[in-house]
Amino acid sequence: MTAGDGCGAPAGGVSVTAATGTQAVVEGRVTREGAPVATGYARLLGTGDEFVAEVPLGEDGGFRFFAAPGSWTLRVLAPHGLRAERSVQADRGQVTKVDVTL
Amino acid sequence: MTRSDVLVDADWAESHIGEPGVVIVEVDEDTSAYDKGHIPTAIKLDWKKDLQDPVRRDFVDTTGFETLLSERGISNDDTVLLYGGNNNWFAAYAYWYFKLYGHGKVLLLDGGRKKWELDSRELTTDVPERPRTSYTATEQDSSLRALRDEVVAAIGKRNLVDVRSPDEFTGRLLAPAHLPQEQAQRAGHIPTARNVPWSKAANEDGTFRADDELRSLYQDEAALDFSRDTIAYCRIGERSAHTWFVLHELLGLPNVKNYDGSWTEYGSLVGVPIELGEGR
Repeated sequence: MTAGDGCGAPAGGVSVTAATGTQAVVEGRVTREGAPVATGYARLLGTGDEFVAEVPLGEDGGFRFFAAPGSWTLRVLAPHGLRAERSVQADRGQVTKVDVTL
Repeated sequence: MTRSDVLVDADWAESHIGEPGVVIVEVDEDTSAYDKGHIPTAIKLDWKKDLQDPVRRDFVDTTGFETLLSERGISNDDTVLLYGGNNNWFAAYAYWYFKLYGHGKVLLLDGGRKKWELDSRELTTDVPERPRTSYTATEQDSSLRALRDEVVAAIGKRNLVDVRSPDEFTGRLLAPAHLPQEQAQRAGHIPTARNVPWSKAANEDGTFRADDELRSLYQDEAALDFSRDTIAYCRIGERSAHTWFVLHELLGLPNVKNYDGSWTEYGSLVGVPIELGEGR
């Protein structure tokens, strides 16, 4: 884990291997026509579309959030105006997988 | 000062690539972003390795900043155009930092790295070589930086703007949701602080909202008294540098400080008051 005490994205987007522990992890992969989308952003939004966090997609199109348990909206932004949105339920101690196809 | 004196768009940046006297600088926490591709001619600064003292929790001192900028080939009369990931958090932090040490002409690229990428503009992996300079920094400008005692004394007297997410403000989380929960000893916020998440100042593509929208956000929605002095804070001072940029540079409020110790310091202090919940 290289994120240290910063507020930024983990190095390389999603290359962390975190112990899930008590975290509510939301992670997944963004693809288009079968290939990973390496340039783009995943945003986690709370109720009322309140911004919570954003990470750049990794080389493999991957993203990961350490969220609080609850309901979230995941929004993906990519070049050429491509975007997608998914509803996500995060649970403590669980890794919720959300794969997104643009 | 107007918006165009401090903030430029991607077209402006593109048309000034390689222009003598303009140094483009990417500032990220994740420096692998620069290594994967950056705006042509841009150099990089690591907000932690380059800008923080390696031992004490503080900035590099005046001499250290002079050495850094000299090594990177930045002159006192260069225009420094900053951009970065995370919606320009760390670029705004570097902007504030350059101002703290008295650099004359500093600009922020509106939308930062994200908008550049979403626009599919050119990125390169070529790393430029810049000849060494002899940079002279001023002493830190204390009118821009708040330290802990000043923050404690400001409770109930000045505007305190907590720019973290609502969950961090209320004490539900200790850190943003894309990082493991760690850091300060206690959760919550500084009493009397208003919660205006940094993200409310930005559009989805990372650009800043229009001046009238920003004014309405802080003055009307958050009920900040613009006649009072203001201190902005977050967890480690980079998101609040983004808000400092909005209040001080875009809206032109005269007395705005960034508290870079922020919640990781305040939430670990012994004996200071902490408020939980929604605030008032």
